[in-house]
Amino acid sequence: MTDLLFYLLSSFTLLFGALVVVNPFSRNPVTSAMFLALAIISTAGLYVLLHAFFLAAVQILIYAGAIIVLFLFVIMLLDLREEEQKRFRLLGLTGGVLGSLAIATAIIATITVAEPGAGKTPEIEGTTRQLGNQLFADYVLPFEIMGLLLLVAMMGVILLSKKQLR
Amino acid sequence: METGLEHYLIVSALLFSLGLLGVVLHRNLILMFMSLELMLNAANLTLVAFSRFNNDLDGQLLVFFIIAVAAAEVAIGLALIVALFRRRQTTSTEDIATLKL
Repeated sequence: MTDLLFYLLSSFTLLFGALVVVNPFSRNPVTSAMFLALAIISTAGLYVLLHAFFLAAVQILIYAGAIIVLFLFVIMLLDLREEEQKRFRLLGLTGGVLGSLAIATAIIATITVAEPGAGKTPEIEGTTRQLGNQLFADYVLPFEIMGLLLLVAMMGVILLSKKQLR
Repeated sequence: METGLEHYLIVSALLFSLGLLGVVLHRNLILMFMSLELMLNAANLTLVAFSRFNNDLDGQLLVFFIIAVAAAEVAIGLALIVALFRRRQTTSTEDIATLKL
């Protein structure tokens, strides 16, 4: 059952990821953003299979809920219609396909040689309680710095989107 | 066949190379940015898989921090793209090849 779900969710992730990058039916960036949301939700399903329940919820809330909405707002604000007529350059296409194939082959060859998961039995659960215990016991300072970082990011965005930077 | 760590790592490697293909292929800043998010997700999947199969929660906490930083990064990046678009009326990387505004 778990194996079936794994193959289903990972093929969904890869299919929707491919449709974000190259969509044969539509060149509209809004479609890409929607498929990115679907790819992210499938990844959240993979997190559930890995017993990372809290991260799956965070992934859906922050990525699919906030980041994709931000992308959609900007796409609609900029009204990117001219993208639909553009074609890919031949050099970029061959270079991109060859480069990413080379990277994928190198990583997969390394994984098959190294066998990193041999002899391990997973038993941890990434529930909210366990993550929270470790977060507020060992990682309080990074957590506080993260709050500061988000504040700085918010101020930066407000500054950047002002009409004149005076 | 039982799904192990290798299966998740291979899915993550394929997702990462798909994102890389998108970054190389596209000339629109927003589509490049979306492919970048795909690559970030692949890295997160690797971290969660390693965390699960090494019985160590630190990887999942790192992913939590990465998601928070990614939210800040997307907000700043999109604000930069909007600011650039206001000045140059374009988001294509071919039209912004000079440093001068």
